[in-house]
Amino acid sequence: MKVYADNAATTRLRPEALRAYTETATEFFGNPSSLHSEGQRAKEVLEDCRARMAKALGALPREIVFTSGGSEADNQAILSAARAGAQKGKTRIVSTAIEHHAVLHALNRLKREGFTIDLLPVGTDGIVRAADAEKALGEDVCLCSVMLANNEIGTVQPVKEIAALCRARKIPFHTDAVQAVGHLNVDVNELGADYLALSAHKFGGPRGVGALYARTGAPLSPLVEGGAQERGKRAGTENLPAIAAMTVALEAALATRPETEAYVSALRDRLIDGLSRIPHCALNGDRTRRLAGNVSFCFEGIEGESLLLLLDDKGVSASSGSACTSGSLDPSHVLLAIGRVHDVAHGSLRLTLNEENTKEEVDYLLTVVPEVVETLRNMSPVWRDLTEGKRKFIL
Amino acid sequence: MSLYSEKVMDHFRNPRNVGVIEDADGVGEVGNAKCGDIMKMYIKVKDGILADVKFETFGCGSAIASSSMATEMIKGKPLSEALTLTNKAVAEALDGLPAYKMHCSVLAEQAVQAAILDYYKRNNIPYDEEKFRCASCSHEHDHGEEE
Repeated sequence: MKVYADNAATTRLRPEALRAYTETATEFFGNPSSLHSEGQRAKEVLEDCRARMAKALGALPREIVFTSGGSEADNQAILSAARAGAQKGKTRIVSTAIEHHAVLHALNRLKREGFTIDLLPVGTDGIVRAADAEKALGEDVCLCSVMLANNEIGTVQPVKEIAALCRARKIPFHTDAVQAVGHLNVDVNELGADYLALSAHKFGGPRGVGALYARTGAPLSPLVEGGAQERGKRAGTENLPAIAAMTVALEAALATRPETEAYVSALRDRLIDGLSRIPHCALNGDRTRRLAGNVSFCFEGIEGESLLLLLDDKGVSASSGSACTSGSLDPSHVLLAIGRVHDVAHGSLRLTLNEENTKEEVDYLLTVVPEVVETLRNMSPVWRDLTEGKRKFIL
Repeated sequence: MSLYSEKVMDHFRNPRNVGVIEDADGVGEVGNAKCGDIMKMYIKVKDGILADVKFETFGCGSAIASSSMATEMIKGKPLSEALTLTNKAVAEALDGLPAYKMHCSVLAEQAVQAAILDYYKRNNIPYDEEKFRCASCSHEHDHGEEE
């Protein structure tokens, strides 16, 4: 059996998105910046997509900038707000320890340029505390950035509360909503966000396209200089087929969102309950305040990369926060932030489900994951030491 | 997955000589759990020959494959020959490892040396310390030269 359980990495393109892609690529091939009617027809599609994306997010069309994806959108929001803040002498940025690298590495760049970066901790539940944010939001803060849902452990953050704190202090607020859009109810006004980043391929759209929501009046400067596309905020001929496919994919995802959430979270709970029966393991992140499709575990005594390779042999596509999967010495910063020690964080497994997964697939996972964990434990000197009492169990 | 060579995957999927030798003549353990890999090598020595070798590994696919390959390369060989096993030889026998996984082959070389060193110490056999420079060092050291 083949089980694709890595939907937080990317999703299969929705058939209706593929149709929109090919139709736009062939029927609306004109450059939206061209004066002639072929160009203007393409421009109409572009603006139609912008209006529909805006509607899906509760935004105004002019507040949507199409980008190459979530990373670009995160970078543009953060760098724009930081540059504007610096002009007013505000050089402190508040964010969290569990952000995606698209946020953390952009913040690192700003740190090298002289900004001060405060990363809020999270509890062992993988959730940041609004009270911690409140303490950090001083007068010198030019931006607060908190992700809506975490990509590794799926925990949903109190973005609404933190955004309200920022609003009261006139501090621009950005949220990396890459894992959330299409899955959670995301309305920029309900959230109170000034910036929001999204990526199409997390909800059945194509890779290489995303969008940045920037509230009217929020500072926005281009990352790429060139033509006047996207109201001068993002140069380069628009990737119209991808934009059209993203729009269709988001509408399709939202049309069935409540049913999908109920269906997928039932699969998730079945998977979590089943995997919890493996001895000496632990679920990463809060049990309920998590994305409908996210299952993340640490298994003591084994290493994540070998787990992924053996699962791949069984037809299962999964992911891990193990150092060995990234080529770095340190395991995932998210797992360390929730208090997992290195030894345990190396043995992590992330399974992310969506509406394409079935109960049969979950049951297959519940057969093969315990098998593979046992195989690896049987050749692990760490597991031997743990079972013989020479090393203390952590989980 | 094409991350690794077929040889690596074969040794990872079907590791040779995995297990424990209860009455081992020498045991070597290298690496640490914090870094995500530990190798433990057990040897049985008869007339200066490695009559039996077994290993246990906590680590990634290439760590398991490197230990498996190393045991195959030294089993049945005289101790003096096993001591000349290099990480490069292990990696080459596996048809190569990705650059950032070369430290796994270093661990295999160290584990072999550590087990033989343990045997020498248990039996008060004099040994040339120079030959064991790597056996006691942690793989956190810079192994840039080997890589």
